[in-house]
Amino acid sequence: MAERKIRVVVAKPGLDGHDRGAKIVARALRDAGFEVIYTGLHQTPEQIVATAVQEDADAVGLSVLSGAHNYLFARVLELLREKGADDIAVFGGGIIPAEDIKGLKTMGVKELFTPGTSTQDIIRFVRENIRATV
Amino acid sequence: MAEGKERWEKETYGPFVGGSPERAVPYESLSGIPIQPLYTPEDLTGWRYEDKLGYPGEFPYTRGPYPSMYRGKLWTMRMFAGFGRPKDTNVRFKYLLEQGQTGLSTAFDMPALMGYDADHARARGEVGREGVSVSTLADFEELFRDIPLDRVTTSMTINCTASVALAMYLALADKQGVPWDKIGGTMQNDMLKEFIAQKEWISPPESAVRIVVDTIEFCSQHVPKFNPVSISGYHIREAGSTAVQELAFTLADGFGYVEACRKRGLDVDSFAPRLSFFFDIHNDFFEEIAKLRAARRIWATVMRERFGAKKAESMRLRTHTQTAGVSATAQQPLNNIARVAIQALAAVLGGAQSLHTNSFDEVLALPTEEAVTVALRTQQIIAEETGAPLTIDPLGGAYFLERLTNQMEEQAMAYIRKIDGMGGIIRAIDSGYPQQEIADAAYRYQLLDDRGEKIVVGVNKYVMVDEKPVECLKLDEAMERGQVESVKALKASRDSAKVEKRLKQLADACRGGQNVMPVLVDAVKDYVSLGEISDVYRQVFGLYREPIIF
Repeated sequence: MAERKIRVVVAKPGLDGHDRGAKIVARALRDAGFEVIYTGLHQTPEQIVATAVQEDADAVGLSVLSGAHNYLFARVLELLREKGADDIAVFGGGIIPAEDIKGLKTMGVKELFTPGTSTQDIIRFVRENIRATV
Repeated sequence: MAEGKERWEKETYGPFVGGSPERAVPYESLSGIPIQPLYTPEDLTGWRYEDKLGYPGEFPYTRGPYPSMYRGKLWTMRMFAGFGRPKDTNVRFKYLLEQGQTGLSTAFDMPALMGYDADHARARGEVGREGVSVSTLADFEELFRDIPLDRVTTSMTINCTASVALAMYLALADKQGVPWDKIGGTMQNDMLKEFIAQKEWISPPESAVRIVVDTIEFCSQHVPKFNPVSISGYHIREAGSTAVQELAFTLADGFGYVEACRKRGLDVDSFAPRLSFFFDIHNDFFEEIAKLRAARRIWATVMRERFGAKKAESMRLRTHTQTAGVSATAQQPLNNIARVAIQALAAVLGGAQSLHTNSFDEVLALPTEEAVTVALRTQQIIAEETGAPLTIDPLGGAYFLERLTNQMEEQAMAYIRKIDGMGGIIRAIDSGYPQQEIADAAYRYQLLDDRGEKIVVGVNKYVMVDEKPVECLKLDEAMERGQVESVKALKASRDSAKVEKRLKQLADACRGGQNVMPVLVDAVKDYVSLGEISDVYRQVFGLYREPIIF
């Protein structure tokens, strides 16, 4: 049976407009053969989780450069659990200090990518860690 | 028989590199302009000094907007600052002034920049994070406590809510007893580049530009020393454009505002002297210097020839600059100090009027006091120790720089003509043209980076495994709660009938096409909040939805 493509929602939660990274990651994942849905800017955690559920996503990638990462990642994880959709993996990136990364991973974030990351590393992560759920 | 450069290439250079090959690196600028091994007078055939350069303070202003440049007055050292509650930023402002900074520059937090008060649900987690939290005039009073507004000039990086911040600044001047003709500063207030790059918006472009024109008109009549808009390339570049695209889209935005003001019926010489600019200064040293010189020449030429400007002040481009945030690396962050120093020198050699030097730790978090101090000292070293400000446009006439300035001018003008052909910058934005050009350039740049074709010291070359961690600024988690409570308390203490009346007056002005500024100044004096005013904008003008481009 042919496996269906892995579906990734790339999302920009919060109010900041720094979408350079999110767009590059969305395009790199698309070029690598994944199915990518980019939400656009200024999304609430509720909107992101609704999109992820509706699109039957396998993973959600959050890009946060506003310093609000602790709040936003926690809220997305919480809402996914509430919807019974916590099989959707959450990863992300942005300006995130090293000491916050530990806490976010404990909370359930699969991986965090900081400035200087190659898109190849992100593609590899998705390929090795995300599975298309049937 | 070959002569000049061709002869040299044949007889000397060619045989030499035949035997001893050149380094295998890409010989091109950061924007992809090919770089030759040598530039000579032959690269400037047909180039006339009087036409292309002229003299400082004279058309076409290539060599500088002012006759004596830094011999008369150094650039303004203006460090962008803002975090936490207004009183936290007030402390940082006073520290920077004590350290010899000469102008203030305010960073607002994301809720303020997007039109939400600190107590709004959408502000959760973001209060005071990326800048200072401001909801009402009470916050402005705290922010500028003990800072007389006639003694400093203040720049405010705020856009879709710039009209509100301007109203609060003017209301505060009234409270301090400072007449409006004595206050100076700059509102960023450049909505066109928001749709192109920075992406902080409320309403669609037409109505957003209408509010910008309101502020330009109001300032030209009542606040003569204030720059109501800072037409910004910085965010365009940081979003991933090339230097040429930054130059082209920024000037196209500028021409867009000039068109919009003329449609309002304003005489070009009544407002153009107060238009100011803001450019990014990236790693490519000569390209950045050429960019600022080309910007001045294009602006002067188009203002005179297309818009019929007559006053010198309408043609001379004045600009703030900031070193490139995107060039900073999280790896070996102290290296950023060197990058910033070189970029800052390029800004000065390019003839900037004002400069913010980034702190080395900004790629990790908001800067610490120590990091900000090093960044400010970098400017002071350039000003006091290097000799760079002693003569005007010291690199003017260099064959390479003049050729590069010409090339950037030609390539930017090609973009500008293309945008004109689309019906102007608002139409181009509606069709997603500049957004797509930038997304493409950003992706190309990233791929060069990924393949190691673009060397980034400390990231893909000279990598160190065991890096010492850097101490970052931490914001108190209780800060947000405190700010939310004080905003709620202030709102509860107001006369709600008065607030309702002001909001209705504003809605009427928005619908009726009257200038919103007089209403706004009255409204903020009654402590009507930034979020409440933004709600009126949302109701009357509707919400902007971006085209999804990646």
